[in-house]
Amino acid sequence: MIPDLPADRLTDYLRRMLVIRRFEEGLIELAGEYAVGHFHVYIGQEATGVPALAQLEPGDVGFTTHRNHGHLLARGTDPAAMFAEILGKETGTNRGKGGTLHIASLENGFPTTSAATGGCTPLATGAAFAFSRLGRDRVSVCLFGDGALEEGTFHESINIAALESLPVIYLCENNSLEALGQKANEYPSSTMAAAPLTDLAAAFKVPTITVDGTDTGAVHDAMATAVGRARGGGGPTFIEALTVRWPGSRPIWPQLLTGPTDLSYAWDPSAIPADYAVWHAEQDGLLRYVRELLSAGVLTPDEALAMDEQVKDRIERGVRFALDSPYPPVASALESVYA
Amino acid sequence: MREMLYAEALVESLRHQMATDERVHLMGLYFLGLTKHRAIMARLHADYPGRVYHPPIAEVGYVGVAIGAALAGLRPIVDMATASFMFQAFPQIVNEAANIHYMSGGATKVPMVFHFNHGIRGGGAAQHSHSPQAMLWNTPGLEIMAPSTPRDVMGLVNTAAASDNPTAWVDHVRLFDTSGPVPDDKDFSIPFGVADVKRQGGDVTVFASSWMVVRALEAAETLSAEGIQAEVIDPRTLSPLDEETILESVAKTGRLVVVDECHRRCGVAAEITAVVTERAFGDLVAAPIRVTTADVPIPFSPPLEQHVEPTTDKIVAAVRAVTDSAAG
Repeated sequence: MIPDLPADRLTDYLRRMLVIRRFEEGLIELAGEYAVGHFHVYIGQEATGVPALAQLEPGDVGFTTHRNHGHLLARGTDPAAMFAEILGKETGTNRGKGGTLHIASLENGFPTTSAATGGCTPLATGAAFAFSRLGRDRVSVCLFGDGALEEGTFHESINIAALESLPVIYLCENNSLEALGQKANEYPSSTMAAAPLTDLAAAFKVPTITVDGTDTGAVHDAMATAVGRARGGGGPTFIEALTVRWPGSRPIWPQLLTGPTDLSYAWDPSAIPADYAVWHAEQDGLLRYVRELLSAGVLTPDEALAMDEQVKDRIERGVRFALDSPYPPVASALESVYA
Repeated sequence: MREMLYAEALVESLRHQMATDERVHLMGLYFLGLTKHRAIMARLHADYPGRVYHPPIAEVGYVGVAIGAALAGLRPIVDMATASFMFQAFPQIVNEAANIHYMSGGATKVPMVFHFNHGIRGGGAAQHSHSPQAMLWNTPGLEIMAPSTPRDVMGLVNTAAASDNPTAWVDHVRLFDTSGPVPDDKDFSIPFGVADVKRQGGDVTVFASSWMVVRALEAAETLSAEGIQAEVIDPRTLSPLDEETILESVAKTGRLVVVDECHRRCGVAAEITAVVTERAFGDLVAAPIRVTTADVPIPFSPPLEQHVEPTTDKIVAAVRAVTDSAAG
């Protein structure tokens, strides 16, 4: 379903989703030619991150993971500076000191990005602790995958959040593989005796919501509820957004197995290729959202394509900017150890 | 100047931070451990109920929460009681707090303090007697202070509280009963990276920090009666380290004994010895001697515990050995 929002907000959601999709597709191509280290893409989770983070206001903060690109972009971080960071350039968001795993942007509410699984949960809880103690009407969002729940940090953190009624939202994007994929030795997936995962939060008396992470409207509503509870002093919420792992994220290194996304799949099912047909037809949240906007009359195919062209152009310019940017002076490797 | 117990100076310095900056919050309650002095800490808690957080037994959780709070406007001073408990929080201290500023390209700051009581306290056995300062020193991004007197703890806490870096405050319960003068000015601060010559002497340089300063000074008194004048150098902060004051002393004495409560391998004493031999080999007239905790887990039984720790007698013996050896 589409969120109950004015048309310009609805199309803004789509634009942000497209920025993420085209950024990640561009990155996979770039990674074929340039060393960017082990990286992770957000393809297939755009319909979670965009509506979820759109509920935040300036001053609210988020703490994400190794799969951070989509979250940073959803809140408006410059794709050019992110490409530059991923290529280790001086113009990068972190001046080349973080790379793909640690993209941070203070101005967009991401003070630090931990790529240690479970590293983000105490940090996000701590930011909420500060907001609570300082009497600030701000919320903190902790963004993580199902694997982070295997770490002890989550359980220690949510206990503190529950006891202190902190304004924090734990948004678990569950993209775990089914048993078949795990047997095939694809990218590690969650190994957890508890099921459903919301049981883990419920044990701490934290309210939980389970949503289809490819349903933009459902995510929007769930997050609006959680943010409203946090701002109203009602404490933490745990959201589990169920997403299907994008086929290209199943191998240890991302591959563009489904090809560059063709928006026409949304309105012309006959254009969908046989390979990964279920993905394109049913599991891709971005294409689903395009279909929903079309059927609601918010957008025409031509308008969608025009928006996509603008986004692609922006991404191409971002790649060019990053490639043209210089590496940092080597002396800077020894700087910024201390403030 | 006033005469105070170390424990009193510690609490007064915390009280001063609480009074001067509302962003300072205390997390964790056992700054004074389980010593008899903990009642004065309890009074501070009572005076600031909204700014003292009593966490669950969850070091990686609440220490990480303190780090996150430092990223969002607080200036937490977080206590882990016994240093050995810090290991539960190591992922957040070493892999998050220490890295955040650098990893962000210098944009994000982590203004906070980690307090813990290190070392052999008597009967702590293997799991309550650690001196992890060398492990922390092997972690770029952390400042490390290790006060040894009431005056120093006040001056260094003022600097740590004003610092925008994560600072490890290496404390020792055996210092709490010591006393000494402190300035009347509560704002007086001791800059990081400035060593203090705790005792002047021309025959041998004795490096010591934290509780080992007290033992080094005891040893120096004994040695003085024998006609050996030891110069005791207290770095006060390990990170940053005041190398120059150590080197100046060695240039004068030509002999070095390094005392430290870390284990021997890759301990603080190993690093100090390396710095001096690398930078001032020509000034040395004898090989430096390290007096450290033996490379064994700390045993419980009192005679065994004393056998492995750096005692005053061992410092005296080391100084005698280094002054007997070679020419000079």
